[in-house]
Amino acid sequence: MKFFMVRIFSMIVLLLAISLPAAFAEGNRDFMRETGKINVVVAVILVIFLGIVWYLVRLERQLTKLEHLTKDDA
Amino acid sequence: MLPAAVSLSRDTGTVAPELLDDSWTAHPVQKIHVQSGFSFPYQNVIYESIRNTYFHVPMWFVLLFLFVASVWYSVRYLRDPNPEHDRRASAYAEAGLLFGALGLVTGMVWANYAWGKPWSNDIKQLMTAVALLIYMAYFILRRSFDEYEKGARLAAVYNVFAFASLIPLLYIVPRMFASLHPGATGNPAFGSQDLDNTMRAVFYPAIIGWTLLGFWIAELRIRYQRLYDKAIGLEG
Repeated sequence: MKFFMVRIFSMIVLLLAISLPAAFAEGNRDFMRETGKINVVVAVILVIFLGIVWYLVRLERQLTKLEHLTKDDA
Repeated sequence: MLPAAVSLSRDTGTVAPELLDDSWTAHPVQKIHVQSGFSFPYQNVIYESIRNTYFHVPMWFVLLFLFVASVWYSVRYLRDPNPEHDRRASAYAEAGLLFGALGLVTGMVWANYAWGKPWSNDIKQLMTAVALLIYMAYFILRRSFDEYEKGARLAAVYNVFAFASLIPLLYIVPRMFASLHPGATGNPAFGSQDLDNTMRAVFYPAIIGWTLLGFWIAELRIRYQRLYDKAIGLEG
């Protein structure tokens, strides 16, 4: 379980590390502005996806804690 | 000095026939006013990023629906102090806050490329930030009491006030001032400039889809909280 969590987090960190600098780099403005600023839409979808995944992973961690809590009681 | 008249006459010079055949004037243009396929309004500055209408805008719809559900259960909790109502009120508020934060961040990403900078102290940005801070205080208030019932009751009362301030902050005040957002100064937010009929075919289902996603996430939170409350011995 712990290994699984570490993998999820490292995947998210990897995703962030790859995508966000490319999306927000000030020096590389043309990337976001080329082809009618379509990459702004990509960045927005990415933000929403990562936000929802972050929330669900947080919920999952709380559930794991709860599972341990109920296991101790039984 | 201006000419008294201008007369046009047919060209008597010689034009290469193959040149005439290729030119668009050689064939009548038909159905030029008929739109075919899927199209978007192509506006200056916005360009293709008008598709953010399907992502940034529904966030605020979901936020409103979730906060309405939250205040509904807060009122129900005040009438009948059942922990289930409190669980639902707080879970809907939490999911609403998540979507509000996503709406704010996506708005800042979009603003960076449409308005030049992520935060330009636009009236809608400011009022939304205020509204989200008010809702953050709801969670701080909930957790600042040792007694569960006291915290839940005060949080429910606070939620009613938070909702009462949400509506003017998000829907009334921004329309009274000049704003970078469309729909400022009393205009309806979605004129034909911003949303045509083909976009509506995607936009309205998108609102329904995001709303279902938001309520599903809140439902997961409620189910978790129900199990947690049971584990710590808070029944109901």
